Formats: sequence, C-alpha cells, structure tokens
Amino acid sequence: MSNTITPKISLRSVEKSFGDRTVLNGVDLDVSSSEVIAFIGSSGSGKSTLLRCVNLLESIDDGAILLDGVDISLPGLDPDPIRRRIGMVFQNFNLFPHMNVLRNITLAPRKVLGLSAAESEERGRDLLRRLGLQDRAEAYPDQLSGGQQQRVAIARSLAMEPEVMLLDEITSALDPELVGEVLDVVRELKGNGMTMLLATHEMAFAREIADRVCFLHQGQVLECAPPNELFVSPKNERTQQFLQRVIDSGRL
Amino acid sequence: MNETVPGSSNRPGTVASSRLARRRFERQQKRRSTLIALTSTLVVIGLLVTLIPQTPGWYKVKRSFFNGEVFSETFPRLLDAFVKDVQIFLWCAPCILVWGMMLALCRSVRTPALFPLRLFAAAYTDIFRGVPVILTILLIGFGVPGLGMDRPWNSPYLWGSVALVLTYSSYVAEVFRAGIESVHESQRAGARSLGLSSGQTLRFVVIPQAVRRVVPPLMNDLVSLQKDVALVSLIGPIEILRQAGIDKSKFANFTPYLGAAIIFLAITIPETRFVDHLMARERRRTSGTAIR
Repeated sequence: MSNTITPKISLRSVEKSFGDRTVLNGVDLDVSSSEVIAFIGSSGSGKSTLLRCVNLLESIDDGAILLDGVDISLPGLDPDPIRRRIGMVFQNFNLFPHMNVLRNITLAPRKVLGLSAAESEERGRDLLRRLGLQDRAEAYPDQLSGGQQQRVAIARSLAMEPEVMLLDEITSALDPELVGEVLDVVRELKGNGMTMLLATHEMAFAREIADRVCFLHQGQVLECAPPNELFVSPKNERTQQFLQRVIDSGRL
Repeated sequence: MNETVPGSSNRPGTVASSRLARRRFERQQKRRSTLIALTSTLVVIGLLVTLIPQTPGWYKVKRSFFNGEVFSETFPRLLDAFVKDVQIFLWCAPCILVWGMMLALCRSVRTPALFPLRLFAAAYTDIFRGVPVILTILLIGFGVPGLGMDRPWNSPYLWGSVALVLTYSSYVAEVFRAGIESVHESQRAGARSLGLSSGQTLRFVVIPQAVRRVVPPLMNDLVSLQKDVALVSLIGPIEILRQAGIDKSKFANFTPYLGAAIIFLAITIPETRFVDHLMARERRRTSGTAIR
C-alpha cells in the first residue's frame, strides 16, 4: 500500500485499562478504505474493547485513533458527529424493544440527520428490502428471530450511511442455523466496498471475508496478515497455539 | 396383553388412548379443585354470617354502621362531596408525574457541574418521603396561609394540594429513578453508537422504556394518592371524609363512613383493573408469544 494514501482508520499505540486490568496494551494498525479486518483471539483479548474505543463508547488512556487522518480520540471532542460516520453492530443486537422495526431504523436518521418522516421511512424500507425483511417492518424486536433481529440492527446502523462498520461478534448470540443469514449481509456489505472491522469467533468466515486477519492477545496485536498466511503459516508462537486450540475444538 | 413392538401398526392407537386418559384425568382434577374451593368458601361465609350476629355488641354495631335510612339520606351528599376529591386528584396527579420525573432526572444527572441539582433532588426525596403526608399537609396547610396573602393564595385547596404534590412527587421520583436505572447500559450504547446525543438517548430510548416498566408501581402510588386526598379535609375543605364526619355527628351514626368507603372502592378498584388491562395489552403488542 502506498504511503501517500491516508488510511481510513489508524490506531496508534492505543492503550486502555479498566482499573488495574490492562485491556489494550499498545495497538497499532492502519486500515485502508474498503478493507475488511477481522480480529480473532480468545475471550478477554481486547477485541470488543478495541471496537468500542473506535466508536468512542470507551475513552482510551493513551495513543490515538485517527479517522481519515484526523484524531477522533482527543479528550473533550464531541463524539456524536464522529459516531454518525461509524456504524456499530453489537453481539446482543441492542434493538429498542419499545419501537417496531421501522421505527428502530428511522429514529436516528430523523433525530440526528434531520430527515423527514417520509424520507427516513423510504430509506428504512429500502434497507429492509435489501436485507429481506420488508414484511417485518411493523413487527417488534421480540417478535423476530435472533437472525432477523441482528439483520434489523445492521439495517439500523446502515440507515445512517456510515463510512465504517464495526461488527462486534455479531453472530455469537445466534443459533447456528441463523448465523448464515447474517453473514450473507456482511458479504454483501463487503461487495459494496464497506470498510469493516469485525471481532469474530467464526474462523471460517474470517478466513473467507477478511482482507487481513489480526490476532489479538492480552491487548496486543501479535500478528496481522492476509487470511491465507495467518491461517496457513502463522509466524507468532501464540497465534500458532491459538489456532491449534481452535482446530482441536473442530471450529476451523 | 399382546406384544407391542415399537413402530408396529397398533402404536398410534395406544398413544391416542393414553392422551385421552390423561385429558380425562386432568379434567377430573380440575373439577375436584373447583369443588373444594367452592365448599371452603361457602363454609367460611356461613360461619361468619352465623357467628357474628351472636356477638354481644352486634345489635349496636349493626344499628350504627349499617343503618339503611342514614345511608340513603347521606349517600347523595357524600357523592357530591367526592367530586372535590376527584378534582384535587385530577390536578395533583399530572403535577406529581411531571415534578417526580424532573426530580428523577436530576438524580440521574452525571455531569459534575450539575452536582448541586443531584444533591437537591436527593435531599428533597429524603425529606418528603420521611415525613408523614398528614404532617406535611398540616404544616403547609396551616403554615403558608398564615403568611396573610390575599385570595386565592390563602386557599386550603391550593396548599393542601401543594402538600400532596410535594410528598407524592418524592415517591414517584424514586419509582422513575428505579425505572431509568433498570434500562440496560447496552440500550444507551446502541443509541449513542447511532450518533444520538445523551439527551436524545434519554428522551427516545431510556425514558419510554423506564416509564413502561414502572407503570404498575406508579399506579400503586396514584391509587394511594386518590385515598390520601381525603387527608386534605384536615385543613378545611369539605370533601368526602369531612362530609361523612359532619353527617356522622348529625345522625350520631357511623354509616356515612361506610358510604364513603364504598365510594372510594368504586373508583380505586376499576382504576387498578384498568391499568392491568393496559399493561396486558402492551405486553401482547410487543412480545413474541401472542402475535403470529
């Protein structure tokens, strides 16, 4: 990659701890536009925290996070305009249970972007059609399957037309037979050139969709390589051990 | 009997007949428990009806509490007076809900600059929750008009209502606060990740869910309020309790109190049932089990 192009997102020795527990211990990474990065690693390795930091849901203790070359991690910065440009999807969907599907999707476009009710509904229905949920617009989240809920959550995030999507273990709370429908949506996003950072336990999917896979261990990125390198011939000893455990448990 | 191989042709028949037997058994059980409940209720009522009239004072109690003549004489007046209770309730309730919500929001504020607000709300709820309603009504109802202001600023309705609002808003504030805190952090994260400000998150995501959750305890408080309105009579207004007291003295008979109790029940019981109905409807609307 040429040095003259500004990366979409840069992490510069990002550090974060909760109390005495260090969760991120100097993470460095450049993500270029339309690139898909998959973070793998055991629970507690810092994958989720890293994504939450990029979305400014957690403040970092040291280092910097740049979006299009601009430091968005400066203390005192208003996070709202930045979050508009970065969509996030959560493990447990976090849909608003008191609103129907369409209202879930149109709330932010109306209140944050100032779209009219008609415009935001049109945008919402378009998205629902794209994700195969057009006939569930009036349903409430509790009336949907997990896979449908997660697709609504993705639609809700996409309705803000973000430049980057952060996917935090979006299939971990789903029954195995529902994982596929959600991953299909992620494939489509990649096809449209969306820049994505995803934390995942789905090794096969990471291998298929990611341009680079990053192995996180104890708050550090130990290895970052295209999937065919990282999964086939991992260089770091820890990565080798982790992948061996995954293979032993039959998940690769 | 005959040998039944699993999967053989007579197996479906066996399954069906066992299901029938089960259903018959369950029906029998149900009939039995209904019968027991009915009998025990009748026995208890029968005992009360036969035993109470045998107590030595029953004749006098019957005359002074269940007097039909006094009842029909006073009941219409009590109903008229009850309109005042309903009025006081109707203007107090919205004030309580609004002020209670404001107090709850003050207590949930996390900005350091607004700490005094938080402190104020905490002190407020501590004080007004800790003082009996009746004392607040007496202190404010007699104290403030003592300042010698002109009408309408010396009205006992006004200051009685203010006392009720002060006390009940502290109860309601705690209920709202519990509701706000019960909304999971992930809901805030979901809303903030979409770029909603913290104010918008509170308004569109947190408060609507919090309020839905606390409707039952809130209704509890409102039903109590409906009853405590009667305490305002202590500082002057002739509402139902006061009217019943006047009639009690006039007839030297307690039946007006019974009439007042009946009127209160006639409004508080439907209130609670109505809210139960609303809650059930809301659950049916948003949850997965009923629809489809």
